[in-house]
This record gives sequence, structure tokens and C-alpha cells, in this order.
Amino acid sequence: MTPDEIREEILDILENIAPDEDLGDLDDGVAFVDQLELDSMDFLDIVMELRKRHRVQIPEEDYTELASMASTVAYLTPLMKDLQKA
Amino acid sequence: MYDTIIIGAGMSGLAAGIRLAYFDQRVCILERHTTIGGLNSFYRLGGRDYDVGLHAVTNYVPKGTRRGPLARALKQLRFTRDDFALAPQIGSRIAFPGVHLDFGNGLELLESEVAAKFPHEVDNFRRLVARLIEYDDLDEESFQISARDVLNDTLSDPLLIEMILCPLMWYGNAREHDMDYGQFCIMFRSIFLEGFARPFAGVRLILKNLVRKFRALGGELKLRSGVERIHVEDGRAVGVVLDNGEELQGRRILSSAGLVETLRLCDDVTEPVESRAGRLSFCEAISVLDREPKALGYDRTILFFNDSEQFHWRKPDEQLCDVRTGVICSPNNYAYDPADGQLPDGVIRMTALADFDRWSNLPEDQYRLEKLRWYDRIVESAVRFVPDFRGHVVDTDMFTPHTIRRFTWHDNGAVYGAPEKRLDGTTHLQNVFLCGTDQGFVGIIGSIVSGISIANQHCLRD
Repeated sequence: MTPDEIREEILDILENIAPDEDLGDLDDGVAFVDQLELDSMDFLDIVMELRKRHRVQIPEEDYTELASMASTVAYLTPLMKDLQKA
Repeated sequence: MYDTIIIGAGMSGLAAGIRLAYFDQRVCILERHTTIGGLNSFYRLGGRDYDVGLHAVTNYVPKGTRRGPLARALKQLRFTRDDFALAPQIGSRIAFPGVHLDFGNGLELLESEVAAKFPHEVDNFRRLVARLIEYDDLDEESFQISARDVLNDTLSDPLLIEMILCPLMWYGNAREHDMDYGQFCIMFRSIFLEGFARPFAGVRLILKNLVRKFRALGGELKLRSGVERIHVEDGRAVGVVLDNGEELQGRRILSSAGLVETLRLCDDVTEPVESRAGRLSFCEAISVLDREPKALGYDRTILFFNDSEQFHWRKPDEQLCDVRTGVICSPNNYAYDPADGQLPDGVIRMTALADFDRWSNLPEDQYRLEKLRWYDRIVESAVRFVPDFRGHVVDTDMFTPHTIRRFTWHDNGAVYGAPEKRLDGTTHLQNVFLCGTDQGFVGIIGSIVSGISIANQHCLRD
């Protein structure tokens, strides 16, 4: 998957986790928690959804890499580059 | 081989089951009873539907609110607000001799009532609210400090303290007389800052949705499947043996049976486990009326009463029940969607404190007689605070602590579990965990959050 495809996938996951959030104005450089109503349970869900959908394993010490959209995509790009977009 | 075996198909077990099945685990929920729900179940009698447990779903917040336990529970289980079809309360009351405080959803009405009836206390009351909003749910250290100490520190009028404690203890305090400060904060928020609601169809709607989702995700639910023991080998649970002798293997076990009840199931525990269950249980007197309570001039959703200035929250001393305090609930008095129409009957439910041992030790014919006698006494006590509806009763039912024990298998018929909570959900075994009332959260949304958070913490991260 390309970084753009990964970004789309993360948006889809966020929409699934937090259907009431307006994701249209998401600023990729700003932390999710500063613009969305996400708690630690939601972050676990991003990790779990990635595992469920793409078998991507993210160790607990790397959860901080998922702070913003930009850092998430950067972190996932090497892990997901060989995956095909579903 | 299951990834997780869940004991008990109540709110917490079903919620945990959904989380685990959603993330592709093989999950089996085992329930001894013939139906689901546990402490929040339902039954049908004489052609009528009754709820057990649920007077109100607490933690209600208006649609669109993204914070708080209700939003979190829905989000985690991938439900929408409409799935629970919650209709808000009309208005509730705390009634003590000569003074009452009305409250609705959100703090506004209660605050103005405190200002009107305890004007010297309103600033203190605001300080109390500010303080408990700051309380962190996961702060185990201050969870157990005395709520009465905090209240005595903050408020000066003993009557106001008793009036505030009354609904919070009634809806979720396993401890006698005093309350853990952590539990106090959780209950205060869920009742006074958030509020009450009910689905038109009652608790069965929520349960039905939970089960439907669990099954759609591939989860297995086995009713009439009591767990006789948890089989332990080398410090790990390896599976369960059912009452009928069938054996199931699992990598871990999540139990909503209660802490002591679960320990007793483990076959590595050979010493008798002393009961540490709460001593508080209830009787409920249900009256079906020939008209809506509103037609009799009664429009409160929930009314908490106490007939003296001192609120007594203890197991009854010398009698089967203590009717000096009680809860009166009318499922008719919610703001249902007009499209739903009205409930088929007027209903008033009244709850009183009851002594499990006394009820359980009665011979059968006397048990039946005492049920009739105490129905009358409970109603007699309650009509001091609500219009006398006794001329309009067309049907009645009554359940006791004995009934609760019989259908939930919780020691003492304890509705809010043990006074000592196991907030982290762990047991002496590395792969057996607790959810439900003994883990800490109570109420419908609380139990759901309990199942979710223990599933997240202990069952999903490997």
C-alpha cells in the first residue's frame, strides 16, 4: 500500500471507531487527541483494527507512533508497503 | 479450544464477548440460567413483560455527546445511539420528611433545588461537584477513602449529605452505611451529572442487541450451561467442566460469577472460600395498575425516599425487610417517542432492603405468605411519598433476595457485588479474570464498560 492508501485506510478505521467524528478537517500534523475525542481505548482499537484487517502487529511500546495521522502513516509505510489494498 | 471462555451472559459477559469475537477470537459464553441478562434480566408472567434490575439506564447523556461511559460503551461495541433506543426520564425526586429535591438529567435542576432548599450550602455543593469531576476513575489509591468523610469535609448540613447519598447508595453501593469515594464519584456522575433513561421495550432490547451482535460475529452462547468447575493445571486454567459433565477447553477464562464464586469454581482451591459478598439485597414489590400512574397524579420517573433525617443503608436487623427507605420506579414515566405509544399497563415498582438469610431460611409455605405480607408493607411505606394507588392494582408480583440468588447464583443475592472491588480484574490465576459487579462497575452501562475494559486489558493483547 502507498502512503496515500494507508492514510485512507486509517481514515476508514477512525470512521469505524468514532462514527460521530467529523474527519473532513483532520490536520495530519496535529495529534489525534487534540482534534478528535479519542481515548486510550480508541487507540487500542486502531491497533486492533490494523491487526484484524491487515495482520499488522504493532508492539505496545510503539503505540506512541500513532499520535497523529502523519506519524501513523510514516510508521506504517514500511510495515504495509508490501500489502495490497483490499 | 476456545481463545476465551466467558462465564455468565449478563451485560458484562456479553459486552466482553462482543469485543473478543469482533477481533476474531473463538469465544463461548456459558450461562447457567435458561435466559440471558444475569442481574439485569426480564421475565414474562401472566401475559405481561417484566424487567428485573433495570429501573433506569444511568449514564444517559443527550445524543451527540461524545464523552462519558455511554458514548464509550457504544463506540467500543460498534453500536449507534439508536440501537439502545433510550428515552430520557421525565424527572426524579429524593424525598425526606418535610423536604424533597427534584432532579432531572444533567445537574441544573438539582443545583437549583439545593440553592432553593439549602441556600447556605449551595457554594459547598458546587465545590463538591468540582471536586468529584476531577476524580480519576482509575486512581485505585483514593478509590477506597470514605465518601462520608469527603462529604463531611465539603458540606455542613447533615440532612443534605444524607439526601445526596440516598440515591447513590441505592443504585450502586455494596458497602453498608458508608461508600467508597471512587464509587461515590462514579455514581454521582452517572445519576446527577448524566442521568436516567429507558428503552421503550425495556432491558430486553439492550440484551437482544448485545446477543444478536455477539452471534453475528461468530460468538457461541450456551444457555442452561452452568460451570461446575474451572480445571487448573500448573497454575493455569485449562478449561471448564459443565454441570452436565461436558468439558470445554480455553486459553483463558473471564468470569462474571463474582470473585468468591469464581474462586470456589477453581479446582486448585481446596480450602473453603469464605464469602465476602455484600450483605445488601433487595425485595421488589411490583404493582400493575389499571391506569397510568400519571392519571393518579404521579409523574416522577424514580423517587428515592427515606422516612427520617438519618438514611439507614444496612442489612435489616430483625426483620425480613427494612421499609424505612425505598425506591419507587414507574417505567411509564419516561419521555418515550410518541411513535412508540404507551406501555400496555401502568406499573409501579418499589424496592426495599431485605435480609438474604432470613428470606432463604423460610419454609416454603411461609415464604409465600411472607411475600404477600411484605408486598403490603412495602407498598404501605411507599404511599406515604406517592399518591395511594392501591385501589387500582390489577396484578402484583414480588421478588426477594432468594429469587435473586436462585437466578444469578450470586452469594447472598447481592445485587452490587462484594464491598471490596477487584478493579484490575485479576485473580490468583494468570489466565482467569473477573468482570461484572465484583470488578467494580455497576448499572447497565457500568457493567458493559466493565466487560469491555477487562476484555481490552487482559484478553486482547496477545
